[in-house]
Amino acid sequence: MSTLPSPHITDESKYQLKQEIMTKIKELALRFPKKNSALIPALHIIQDEFGWVPPETVTQLAEILQTHSNKIYGVLTFYTMFNKKPVGKYHIQVCRNLSCSLLGAKHIIEHLSEKLGIEPGENTEDDRFTLSQVECLGSCGTAPVMMINDKYYENLTTEKVDNILESLQ
Amino acid sequence: MIEEKKALTRHIDVADMEQVKNYISDGGYEGLKNAFEKTPAEIVAEVKKSFLRGRGGAGFPTGFKWGFLPKEKTKPFYLICNGDEGEPGTFKDREIMEHDPLLLIEGMTIAGYALRADMGFIYIRGEFKWIAEILERAIENARKANLLGKNIMGKGFDYDIQVMRGAGAYICGEETALIESVEGKRGQPRLKPPFPAVVGLYDCPTIVNNVETLACITFILQHDAETFKLMGAFQSAGTKLYGISGHVNKPGVYEYPLGTNLKDLIFYAAGGIKDGKKLKAVIPGGLSATILNADEINLDMDFDSCVKANTMLGSGGIIVMDEDTSIPEVALTAINFYIHESCGQCTPCREGLAKIQQILKNLINGKGKTGDVDLILKLTKSINGSTLCPLGEAGAAAIEAMINKFREEFELLIK
Repeated sequence: MSTLPSPHITDESKYQLKQEIMTKIKELALRFPKKNSALIPALHIIQDEFGWVPPETVTQLAEILQTHSNKIYGVLTFYTMFNKKPVGKYHIQVCRNLSCSLLGAKHIIEHLSEKLGIEPGENTEDDRFTLSQVECLGSCGTAPVMMINDKYYENLTTEKVDNILESLQ
Repeated sequence: MIEEKKALTRHIDVADMEQVKNYISDGGYEGLKNAFEKTPAEIVAEVKKSFLRGRGGAGFPTGFKWGFLPKEKTKPFYLICNGDEGEPGTFKDREIMEHDPLLLIEGMTIAGYALRADMGFIYIRGEFKWIAEILERAIENARKANLLGKNIMGKGFDYDIQVMRGAGAYICGEETALIESVEGKRGQPRLKPPFPAVVGLYDCPTIVNNVETLACITFILQHDAETFKLMGAFQSAGTKLYGISGHVNKPGVYEYPLGTNLKDLIFYAAGGIKDGKKLKAVIPGGLSATILNADEINLDMDFDSCVKANTMLGSGGIIVMDEDTSIPEVALTAINFYIHESCGQCTPCREGLAKIQQILKNLINGKGKTGDVDLILKLTKSINGSTLCPLGEAGAAAIEAMINKFREEFELLIK
């Protein structure tokens, strides 16, 4: 076939799960007594790859785990760690729960908001940063705390936040 | 003065404890060796004798929970370690998982043998990705040393552990929601009974224990029930990892015998209130525990003393607030959390908490009306006892106590 790929097809291939990821998920499913237990771990793997869970991958995952896409959407939308839309290269998640707010989490969030020029829940125009407020990260002894992608940053001050942001530029 | 007791945290500052040889060089796997000298029933009896109570929050006697498993084994049995650690103010289990993973893995292997379990799971909160990786490496190391897998230590016991990360849902700390999550479903609590010991993971008998509880199992089998009971208070045996956060000079996790006085924990272990300020309030056992005012902190931090004081030991997560703290703001922070984490199944929790949030917001924004404070109290009462799991009740009770103890501050917001 010599026709040019339509934009739709380009998109689909963009979110096509690589063979190695599919193999990884299939192997994972064998580690549990029932393969459905691999669903949440598989969603983590997909998010590690794309930064979020694109709808196209849900269809592919449903095939691998022999389940329905709707069931996967039910799970995907229940758990807050899964991103349902694209996030920036750096996803900043600041804890707003009690121990962190006692030690100035609000100030940290406002500072980040001002520095990045976005409100919590938004992405910067260049898609480098997403700012989110989250509930307790289980790091209350080193509050205030934020996560950037998979990494924790603890005992935050505005100066420390500035240095961290600079190191990411 | 009070004295730290390092029963579970002695390796916290030692590097590379995920290596079996390092762990064994300091008494590691003596507990499992001792366990294999006993029958499973004898281990359950020893744990009952130790009077170990669950460290996740409820304080239920572990040996008795284990005793609820069916005598006849017609289906696989499972053990799940609850490492979800989501209760605000709680950051203790990560100390064990991150710095002494084999202490937990040994405890889970002993428990697995005692419970005749076919497989163990560690359910860890999704954000602790690097800790999940530490656990996976430690499990692999244990497998290589024949301490997990087929025919462990040549004793004919087959058992392995899988690590599974959650994905940011507090409710998955509730044991039936956790089981749903391991099954790859939305984390919505189940109707009980049947309890997990009868119908649990994949409809098979399942025991769910907290990380710290399972670490205590290692201690009890390395030593014995009597040694364990030498630490702690009446019917609250052993030590506790107290996590102290908020307005203190030295926040952190401290291991002391159960029953250690709250005042000493705040002023001695955690170095007192930050910036020389006065203490205003303390939440002693994670956000869901009833708030205490500064006059109520002469309290022994064990299960029963806390209940007598109308609060709870919970997870031992102590949140300290200084004189400048606004309790209505604390209440709003708390209610925001419970609403965010409500699974949405039960109307009183889903809708009731949202109503309380709206009234609190109005109060704080200067739009409060006479009678609002009583209306909140009425709403909290309507949530109590009308939900499948304790989440809604916990949120309601936390707010109710804040109002009852600091009512004036709420009333002052009404102009």
